Amino acid sequence: MKKLLWICVMLMCASSSVAIDAGKSFDDPELQARYDKITAEVRCLKCQNQTIKDSNAFLAADLRREIKRMLEEGMTDAEIYDFLVARYGEFALYRPRATGKTLILWIAPILLLGFGALFLVRIVRRRMALPIDDISEEG
Amino acid sequence: MSRFLVPLAAFVVLIPVLMIGLTRDPSRLPSPFLNNPAPQFELPSLIHPEESVGSADYEDQQVLVNVWATWCPGCRQEHGFLMQLAASGVIPIYGIDWRDTRREALRWLQELGNPYVATGFDGDGRVGIDWGVYGAPETFLIGTDGTVLHKHTGPLNRQVWQRDFVPLVSAVAEEKLP
Repeated sequence: MKKLLWICVMLMCASSSVAIDAGKSFDDPELQARYDKITAEVRCLKCQNQTIKDSNAFLAADLRREIKRMLEEGMTDAEIYDFLVARYGEFALYRPRATGKTLILWIAPILLLGFGALFLVRIVRRRMALPIDDISEEG
Repeated sequence: MSRFLVPLAAFVVLIPVLMIGLTRDPSRLPSPFLNNPAPQFELPSLIHPEESVGSADYEDQQVLVNVWATWCPGCRQEHGFLMQLAASGVIPIYGIDWRDTRREALRWLQELGNPYVATGFDGDGRVGIDWGVYGAPETFLIGTDGTVLHKHTGPLNRQVWQRDFVPLVSAVAEEKLP
């Protein structure tokens, strides 16, 4: 019984993720690393919440093949991202570039954090100005 | 009083933003080619493999380029309308048979009819990538100067045609519109 329980626990711990594209595509470890990085950052447009590394949709397979070809041809990462954005739009990249229309995505969190901090400071200051017995009444 | 006013105001501002978000289909993506030059292509013809079909065939013409495949249910849905459109002679339709097998595709055209002036066979999806295709059917309206005037993702039908395409299709053809 105890053994069975252990097996169940072990099974629960087992990761369910199955890499679709786990095999080696390049002999050169540097190219392989770039390939792994790019495919993990490109959205599969057919299955929108997966990267093309995780997806077995044929569109993802086609894009992996194209990225492999471009790497073999000696294109830089930036050129490969440009190729994808020109065809599928900025949406194709999971890490949007900090230029033009996507700049807001990078600035917005900082702005929101700033606003939050400002509110916090104001509220704390106001509370501190209150007499102590007032606070206990409120709580 | 004012302690409730600020959250209320924030909520009121949020409502329209969220409402708009609800009506938008995240699987319909705007094409980066819209109002930009359409990609060039050259493919072997589906019906006559030794001949080629490509963007050079429709230079200076307003055409539809329709990306389809036999495995795609939406393509079957829109096929009847494409047949009507082709019969009306409003606009020539070029096909790109995407990620398909020749045998299935030929049988499809035989059974359902062939609305295309010509169809290029894109078996490995290379041209599909150049056109930013992510889900068939996709239909591009190409202007006489070679720019993409409109792109529709999903099955084409009379309603979509009237609403999105007719205002952009050149005036000469307007009398013959279905």
